[in-house]
Amino acid sequence: MSWFKMLARNKLALIGLIIVILLVLSAIFAPLLAPHSPSEQRLEQALLLPSMEFPFGTDDLGRCIFSRIIFGARLSLLIGITVTAICAVTGVFIGMLAGFYGGIVDEVIMRLVDIFLAFPGLILALIIAGLMGPGMFNVMFALALVGWMGYARVVRGTVLAEKQKEFVETARALGATDLYLMYRHLLPNVMAPIIVMASVGIGHTILAAAGLSFLGVGVQPPTPVWGLMLKDGKGFLQTAPHLTIFPGLAIMVTVLAFNFLGDGLRDLLDPRLKEKRIE
Amino acid sequence: MSLLSIRNLTTVFHAKEGEIRACNNIDLDIAVGKSVGIIGETGCGKSVLGMSILRLLPRNVTTSGEIWYKNQNLLTLTANQLEKIRGTEIALLPQSPSTSLNPVIKTGLQITEGLQIHRKMKPSTARRQALEMLRILHLPVPEKKYQEYPHQMSGGMKQRILAAISITGQPSLLIADEPTKGLDAVLRAQVVELLQQLIRETGASLLLITHDLKVAARLCDEIGVMYAGEVIERGPAQKVLTEPEHHYTKGLLASLPDMGLCPIPGSSPSLLNQTTGCKFYPRCSARQEACRINPVPLQMCNGCYVRCLYSA
Amino acid sequence: MFKYLARRLALLIVVVLGVTLMTFSLMHLAPGDPAEMIAMARYGLDNLTVEDIEQIRVEESLDSPVSVQYLCWLRHTLHGDFGCSLITGDPVMEEILTRAPATFKLALAALLISMLIGIPAGIIAAARQSSIFDYLAMTGALLAASVPNFWLGLLLILLFSLTLGWLPVFGYGGLRCIILPALTLGAGLAAITTRLTRSSMLEVLQQDYITTARSKGLPEARVMYNHALKNAFIPLITVIGLQLGHLLEGTVIVESIFAWPGLGKLLVDSIFARDFSMIQGCVLFFGVVFVLVNLLVDIIYMYLDPRIRFEREF
Repeated sequence: MSWFKMLARNKLALIGLIIVILLVLSAIFAPLLAPHSPSEQRLEQALLLPSMEFPFGTDDLGRCIFSRIIFGARLSLLIGITVTAICAVTGVFIGMLAGFYGGIVDEVIMRLVDIFLAFPGLILALIIAGLMGPGMFNVMFALALVGWMGYARVVRGTVLAEKQKEFVETARALGATDLYLMYRHLLPNVMAPIIVMASVGIGHTILAAAGLSFLGVGVQPPTPVWGLMLKDGKGFLQTAPHLTIFPGLAIMVTVLAFNFLGDGLRDLLDPRLKEKRIE
Repeated sequence: MSLLSIRNLTTVFHAKEGEIRACNNIDLDIAVGKSVGIIGETGCGKSVLGMSILRLLPRNVTTSGEIWYKNQNLLTLTANQLEKIRGTEIALLPQSPSTSLNPVIKTGLQITEGLQIHRKMKPSTARRQALEMLRILHLPVPEKKYQEYPHQMSGGMKQRILAAISITGQPSLLIADEPTKGLDAVLRAQVVELLQQLIRETGASLLLITHDLKVAARLCDEIGVMYAGEVIERGPAQKVLTEPEHHYTKGLLASLPDMGLCPIPGSSPSLLNQTTGCKFYPRCSARQEACRINPVPLQMCNGCYVRCLYSA
Repeated sequence: MFKYLARRLALLIVVVLGVTLMTFSLMHLAPGDPAEMIAMARYGLDNLTVEDIEQIRVEESLDSPVSVQYLCWLRHTLHGDFGCSLITGDPVMEEILTRAPATFKLALAALLISMLIGIPAGIIAAARQSSIFDYLAMTGALLAASVPNFWLGLLLILLFSLTLGWLPVFGYGGLRCIILPALTLGAGLAAITTRLTRSSMLEVLQQDYITTARSKGLPEARVMYNHALKNAFIPLITVIGLQLGHLLEGTVIVESIFAWPGLGKLLVDSIFARDFSMIQGCVLFFGVVFVLVNLLVDIIYMYLDPRIRFEREF
């Protein structure tokens, strides 16, 4: 548990970790925690201000905003974690291939990365998800397609540096196969930066997914999604601003928590960066 | 007559680990037209002494004591008054020429900007003066070098540019901070010559901070030896470098290659959490019990000031 | 230098080809009959007839294979013919060129705002490290970097338009209209600029040449602005350049919030309307602008850092 102690020393990282844990718990136990059904419409209690019964008030269809935000955490985390995991795994795999084999493989892969980086990712995701039509899967596919390049770059760089080291030659001389080398020697070396990137990446993905929902692309109503709640609240900005304020706050707190966690992990896992900071 | 008188100068760095006394109760005088050398090992606080005079240290540093220059105490001057001293009255020849020039400003401007500000010189006049200076310093094709950026020059040229920067303001005192650090023998000889030329041309006093005893011997009239933030011996260069009184200075001389290459046992003490007694006590071959606890004053002994209870 | 430009242009061509090809394939792989959707958009759901749909399918050559359609589009594009909107029938390029100034205005205003906030805030934070101002600036930057821009936009409207009544909710033209959208778009970049200016200045201020500059008796302002800032700008420009792409991305959302008549809104509307030729036009335009902006940033970078400038020249 020593890493936990180190993380705890960084106050912001600890706050981030606590918020992330709370989010995950509320996503898992949403049915138990939510005071009301997230989808039950009762028009006679529409647009109520926050009260004891409805901590964040109700929306235009009389649904409890607090409950919808708790259920919304499910989808946000699901999208954020799944997409980031796909991106990280794809990126590690592709970056490893490029760095390990070099030559033409590296050239082709890195040009592909250049091409993907040369077009604004969110716009690409918007076009893909928008054209593929509504649905959570389409959003996830679109976000994954534009999110793997950073991981590939970092992994390639690390592998290129590690490959030069003696232990790789020694292992090879002892008859290690490429796969064994990559798995046992190179993968552990890229894990630290990847974990840091992924932690921040989950926040970014949640933000991007919410942005797409806000534009009306992706998951469709009546599913409780933060971005969609904001989009619906937009029309009631003047009369019932709580429809807008609370879902946005949920997104911001989540993104902030993953950023804090990522910063803390960076200090923890990447001693090189840490030294630089102390200087 | 003294140009610069330092009295009780104490410079403290406030670090996370505690207070670091880089300079401790230093007294020093530099007479008009004379050269004073400060020698000592790396980390003894000699560079900090030079930086303290011009108040060029970071913000987490407090400096106490007095530094009198032409009837002004430099430590009490406002930022504005200090700017008028820097460069034109007291100039600095910094160490490491490779990092001391701004990489994105043409060398010519780096030489003349001080003149343009302090002497209200027109750019053309300043340029003429700077070119003249570069010619005196034997910089090849000065007109061309004037237009170039630092990365286009060799280390020796950069050194000359820095020398030009330091003397274009015609200062009365030049502080040279480790000018020969990390240089090979040929370049070192060139720098010594350059410094000799500088003080000859300008008549300025020189405060030479160096770990190189030979360079100090060539250039200085007087020598101060620093150890762990204190001046432990001070006197005429000839005397200090041939018949020193302090055991540390003796050890330092004995460790020179042509004196037998015989190092002082142990290592310099940390400047953190200092003891009250003699700083050299743990390494001294002639130590007594009294050296450990009692503060040691700087006292006159055979024409030198020495900070040792049992010298000679 | 020439080689470098050639490489960049080659990348530009590949990018545009790749992205348009992908968009093209997606449009045809996506569920739903494109001809039917276009007919729906043109004539409305009630007046829809099978004949109309078939006519559109033939007119827009939607009946031929995707590859043929793509090559056909490519040939027209290379001849400078970008086609007409499938919905309104207006020429695509004309529409894009009418909309582009609004987006550029917005992006430039956002860039300007983020520089005007970020650079001074970063310099002051660095000059007074660990002061109250430093902490305030860093906290502000942290919040601004994490706030979703679509939410920030709504909050700004709520505060400045609906509550205080100082600025219009939406609209185009005039300085008052652009303030809120530009602030929304530029907030994230302002945060990044503040942080980076600060860290870059702190790093530069420790360099030996700053001591040299001070030892010459230069006023602190000159040390800061001429000697330190000029060096601190080099990494700053690179990162800001890389962030310009994000600024372009942001226009899609910000223009939708503020009903700003630019390319971002055009793209979103076209996607929902399935106006294929308009989407293709926007993609082409965004791709070209994006690559050119990055190229421009590289050139500025070279100009700022004489070390790189000379390396490339020789």
